[in-house]
Amino acid sequence: MQFTLNGATVSVDVVGTRRLLDVLREDLRVTGAKEGCGEGECGACSVLIDGAVVNSCLVAVGQIGGCSVVTVEGLALQDGKPSPLQQAFIERGAAQCGICTPGMLLAAHALLNANPRPTEDEVRVGLAGNLCRCTGYTKIIDAVLACRM
Amino acid sequence: MIETKAAVGRPVPRREGGDKVTGRARYTDDLVVPGAWYGKTIRSTIPRGSVRSITFDPAFDWPKVVVVTAQDIPGDNVVQLIRDDQPALSAGEIRHREEPILLIAAADRDTVAAAQRAIRIEYDALEPVFDIEQATETYSTIEISKGEVDEVFEGLEGVEVIERTFKVGLQEQLYIEPQGAIAIPEPGGGIKVIGSLQCPYYVHRALKRALALTDEQAVVIQAETGGGFGGKEEYPSIVAIHAALLARKAGRPVRLIYDRHEDLAATTKRHPGVIRHRTAVRRDGTLVAQDIEIVLDGGAYCTLTPVVLSRAAIHAAGPYACPNVRIRARAVATNTPPNGAFRGFGAPQSLFAAELMVEHVAERLGVPSLELRKKWMLRLGDTTATGQQLTESVSSDLVVAAALKAAPPIRPSAHPTVRRGRGLSLVYHGSGFTGSGEKKLGGKVAVEAAADGTFTILTASTEIGQGTKTIFTQIAADALGVPLDRVTVGPQDTSLVPDSGPTVASRTAMIVGGLIHEAAEELRDRLAKRRKPRLPLRVDKSYVQPDTIHWDDQTYQGDAYPVYAWACTIVDVEVDMLTGEVHVTDLVSAVDCGKAIHPVMAEGQIEGGMLQAVGWATIEEIKMKDGGYQNDRLATYLIPTALDAPRIKTILVENPYSGGPFGAKGIGELPMDGPAPAIIAAIHDATGVWLDEVPATPEKVLAACNSR
Repeated sequence: MQFTLNGATVSVDVVGTRRLLDVLREDLRVTGAKEGCGEGECGACSVLIDGAVVNSCLVAVGQIGGCSVVTVEGLALQDGKPSPLQQAFIERGAAQCGICTPGMLLAAHALLNANPRPTEDEVRVGLAGNLCRCTGYTKIIDAVLACRM
Repeated sequence: MIETKAAVGRPVPRREGGDKVTGRARYTDDLVVPGAWYGKTIRSTIPRGSVRSITFDPAFDWPKVVVVTAQDIPGDNVVQLIRDDQPALSAGEIRHREEPILLIAAADRDTVAAAQRAIRIEYDALEPVFDIEQATETYSTIEISKGEVDEVFEGLEGVEVIERTFKVGLQEQLYIEPQGAIAIPEPGGGIKVIGSLQCPYYVHRALKRALALTDEQAVVIQAETGGGFGGKEEYPSIVAIHAALLARKAGRPVRLIYDRHEDLAATTKRHPGVIRHRTAVRRDGTLVAQDIEIVLDGGAYCTLTPVVLSRAAIHAAGPYACPNVRIRARAVATNTPPNGAFRGFGAPQSLFAAELMVEHVAERLGVPSLELRKKWMLRLGDTTATGQQLTESVSSDLVVAAALKAAPPIRPSAHPTVRRGRGLSLVYHGSGFTGSGEKKLGGKVAVEAAADGTFTILTASTEIGQGTKTIFTQIAADALGVPLDRVTVGPQDTSLVPDSGPTVASRTAMIVGGLIHEAAEELRDRLAKRRKPRLPLRVDKSYVQPDTIHWDDQTYQGDAYPVYAWACTIVDVEVDMLTGEVHVTDLVSAVDCGKAIHPVMAEGQIEGGMLQAVGWATIEEIKMKDGGYQNDRLATYLIPTALDAPRIKTILVENPYSGGPFGAKGIGELPMDGPAPAIIAAIHDATGVWLDEVPATPEKVLAACNSR
């Protein structure tokens, strides 16, 4: 089966019912998506599938043939430097323990793509599927707001 | 010499921030270990009794699986901590649900799951104890006494006596990365464990004891760790012992990674408890006496319960000066899973009661509670319940003034069935270990200068999100007088770094950071000598308690902590009178941290702790059934999302402490203390009812409003 992962075409020979999260982490060794709960509650395993934020623990890999999958490893700029959003997360203290950070970044990235000038309330809605236990969200929200167009 | 800009006090980039935002950071489950098998813990399904029989289904292909029982433990069957009561694996007796009985491992997860289904355990059940009032076993008792409490309550004229009872509930730390460890057998009979943990040397001691290993044979390495909050203080010792036992028997590496359900069901929680207050005041508001009784539920094994109880007792009178105080505290055993370390460590429980007691006394006297606080609060020169005279960095007035100044204007409710209210709390929290704890611990660090002009900090203190690696390099760089990029922190690996003590108790910045500061200054001086020393050059430091600190463990009298951090918190809530739902809309906190080594990280740690406390106070309820947690999944145990969270405003007040690096005091736990009582006071302001317990779930709020 083929799909695009962070811009490159990948082929995997796996049972289609396996979780996308496991195929990414164990077969492709792309470990940016984390397992926080395994039942779609925490968002630590968030990836983008054709631009939409999805919990990869709830997706069977057989469902994504031909799709474009983006993980946190695919967010950096072409020259490998952190994107403005990643940079804002570092500078504004939005990443503490960092385990929710990949999913949080992808949710924020998708939000800003869909709505380049979100209000604070819109940011809160956009991040509501991603749990963070370290920050109280204030600094994450500020980092996203700092990246408005 | 190169002119360097001070790093301390500036929001320099987080050391491992780049790795964390790009996915390069490697947490335990991200590590690739060739040939590793998958492990699983088989746990009890009853709260109390004994194992009658274990049956392995003969139809299953058992040679594919490694099975470990208590008989396979080469050392002591004990999880090394305070008491030797908790076995690594049950040897027959069951004291709680989810108690580990067997361990299994196999090459793939499907085989592990199939093997688990092929094991049948039968029990002889005994009557469990869940009610703390009926518990017969006591883990520890503490009595703190100041002045003449009985005489006040029996004799004095013109004194009002107010009594209330408060209840606090269980809470899960809910680090987003579940517990996990990978054990790798080493040549020579050693075992290396890489895991998600706060305290490498706790795990090291536990491994040595259970697996009968020497200091060198046991190696513990911290992987990048996705949150701890106390939950990875003592529990990782169990995970590590289990993984190591499996690896030893299998003769190959074993990964033991919990899923969220197992983590919620089996690991430690915040101690629930009951706190009774009896307060005597004169009609003019003068505080005369406090009589306080604390009972905490330790669960089925002791874990760190006596130390949690100690911190609860010492903080129980609140940040107030009272001439007559008696605090009687006890922690008891029940047949629930053991409770353990969780940010605040008993203080949030006892300060919740103390702060609400101020509200009740104020209501009785008909005065604003803020007025009473200002009348009672500890100031420079006052003595605490343990008789500790506060001689510096006392910030009650500062934080109250700063919080009041920053609080938003009171807004009216925009909806007829929603009522708004405001509450305030004042708390203090001792930084570092209690009493002579730091002296006994004797934490160690080293700073090493290399020939290429770089420096390495050697410490077992862990980065768990709070910023250890960043603030340590800031402290060392300024003490050495070198640019920040010349200093790195060595790996948290017990074979490479000294035992700095555990990463707990709001001690990392102040105590361990202080040691690094000392070591770096000495290194700078030795490098500056005319006769250049040979490189590499390493300076080691061990903690020496200042001789100004006096503490008596027997009488619980003296300097309980080197210093206290302070916070005043103001919350605004909306209470939906139709549903009972409480929404915290605004939260302002003024926090005295002595000196913010890194202001952005200090704010971030405070904000995260505040929201954790908001969760404890409002939605984080654990429902018990037959000694187990009913809501042991993330779908049913709710924590605040970005939509539930208020905008949190943090004001850093800097009232330096002479014993801390650059004046810094520990603030890791403090933010957990203030929000809960402020929220209950705000609910009262909105509705007119007192709850006196957390969490204030919609059901409890509605019931209280309806029974008025």
